[in-house]
Amino acid sequence: MESPYRDTFRIWGYRFGIGEKTLAIVGAMRGDEVHQQFVCAQLVSKLESMERDGMIAPGQEILVIPSANPFSMNVEKRFWALDGTDINRMFPGYDLGETTQRIASGVFEAIKDYKYGIQLASSYQTGEFMPHVRLLKTGFEDVETAKLFGLPYVYVRAPKPFDTTTLNYNWQIWDTKACSIYAGKNNDVSPEACQVPVNAIMRFIVNVGIADFASGANRPSFNTIVLDDQDLVTINSPAAGIFQNLCSPGHEVSKGEIIARIIDPYDGSVRSEIASPCDGVVFHLLGKPLTLLHTPIFMIRKYQ
Amino acid sequence: MIKTIFETDLPVDEQFSIKKNTITNGSGKKRICIVTGTHGDELEGQFICFQLQKEILEEIDMLDGTVEVYPALNPMGIDSITRGIPNFDLDMNRIFPGNPEGTVAEQTAAAIVADLSGADLVIDIHSSNIFLREVPQARINVMTAETLVPYARHMNVNFIWVHDAATVLEATLAHSLNSRGTPTIVVELGVGMRINHYYGKNMVLGIKNLMKEMGMWKGQVDSSRIVEPIVSQGDSVSFVNAPASGIFSTETHNESIVEEGDSLGQIIDPLSGAVIEDVKAPCRGYLFTIRAYPVCYEGSLLARIHRLV
Repeated sequence: MESPYRDTFRIWGYRFGIGEKTLAIVGAMRGDEVHQQFVCAQLVSKLESMERDGMIAPGQEILVIPSANPFSMNVEKRFWALDGTDINRMFPGYDLGETTQRIASGVFEAIKDYKYGIQLASSYQTGEFMPHVRLLKTGFEDVETAKLFGLPYVYVRAPKPFDTTTLNYNWQIWDTKACSIYAGKNNDVSPEACQVPVNAIMRFIVNVGIADFASGANRPSFNTIVLDDQDLVTINSPAAGIFQNLCSPGHEVSKGEIIARIIDPYDGSVRSEIASPCDGVVFHLLGKPLTLLHTPIFMIRKYQ
Repeated sequence: MIKTIFETDLPVDEQFSIKKNTITNGSGKKRICIVTGTHGDELEGQFICFQLQKEILEEIDMLDGTVEVYPALNPMGIDSITRGIPNFDLDMNRIFPGNPEGTVAEQTAAAIVADLSGADLVIDIHSSNIFLREVPQARINVMTAETLVPYARHMNVNFIWVHDAATVLEATLAHSLNSRGTPTIVVELGVGMRINHYYGKNMVLGIKNLMKEMGMWKGQVDSSRIVEPIVSQGDSVSFVNAPASGIFSTETHNESIVEEGDSLGQIIDPLSGAVIEDVKAPCRGYLFTIRAYPVCYEGSLLARIHRLV
């Protein structure tokens, strides 16, 4: 697509192997998903090397789209810069519709016939999650396949109204075994942050038989726990103020343990101490230093 | 009487509040509510709220019932020139009916729905966005058309667009209220970030005309200024999307009848001086939307036309 003032808008895909459309991976769809794009870049590099060494199974094809939205990333905007729309709220897209509907349509046309689909996603909730595979409960979700990433958790979430226009939801409806990977922070390109999702996807590639790749199988994995919404307890902020967090994702907490404080931004007094309501593990925490009243600040995966 | 219907603390020394003004007179029990400011970049409703109250208070004895005005459902958005809710990056008109136990945005939405429920009529005023200029129009879902179109006919709008059921947005204020039995009409007029006084005064006239029909207003309304709207039903709207990217240059005004093949404007290239596309009307019809923001990408909405035979 041509732009009035900028270079041509292009979306690049990298194909590996020849044959059945087996796996499609989509990276950044928003301009701040640099982590997701970087993970895809690492995968492209690894898959190039694997293809060169003949490690991709015959008759299987992998498609990697590192970015569906380079324009927003280049101007450091999360959404489409002209009108603020979100490509990941436009699926399955419409080729005669508005600009981001057309982009979504073009992407979806390229990826909808693959057997497996992976989106490197970011949540509308800021902050850090425990690394997990996320599935929407559409009736088409495949939990057993999601376990093949070997990440600590598979989270099966009931769709909210806006989910019906996301890639993950539509991919599932169109019969792709689709999931989203949450394993890092949007703009974190540190090796540590990228290693977890790269390893998980390489494990998946080996586990579903796309590649016979010994080092992929040897990557350490977790005994994946499957969660649904009932397994997670959301803690809302009991006050507005400065959010002072005392733990991190994966931190094991006991019922009654103080895990955060809300501080008065003028005199430093403690407006509220937040105690864990249960024994469990911190699954998600707010990524901002300020909080409003009743804002979700933690999700605790409770122990049974 | 100004009342706060919801308030909460912001992080640093500030109260967030949603306010309404209630004007009551006479013994009539009917209540009409004017709500606006859901999107922070839509300002036409601000003038309408002011002008309506000014005119009612000048003839307060003519009022028989209650008028409630909610000028800012998203006050932080209006104050920061942000379409959505600034702290949440959320479109406020996608979170209704809200949740009294949820986030601040959800609690706000729940308080608004609770306060408006039971009104005889709610008018939810929008003014498009910064990209599109709209003729004064009512937008009504086909499922509520039987109830709402008769109201809308009195509102001095040029156009009534009865949407398909498929286009229902369940999380909107109008859908939430209509599904609870509170009749709610969405009005769109003008363009974002601007106030068109002519449109605003005509809308105030229309609201008073409707109040007269409802038995709430005993004063004079100049009926010669009330227009008979075009009612569009059953998929009779054509969308014109940009066939190419560039600057959309147009001298076409909406509120006009266009013939098939008429030029609606040109997509031009300021660098080369070339005309990239001459955008033509795909059908004969009533032009009720025209693009106001010149920069367009392939696919950007340029115009909407109600097809006429």
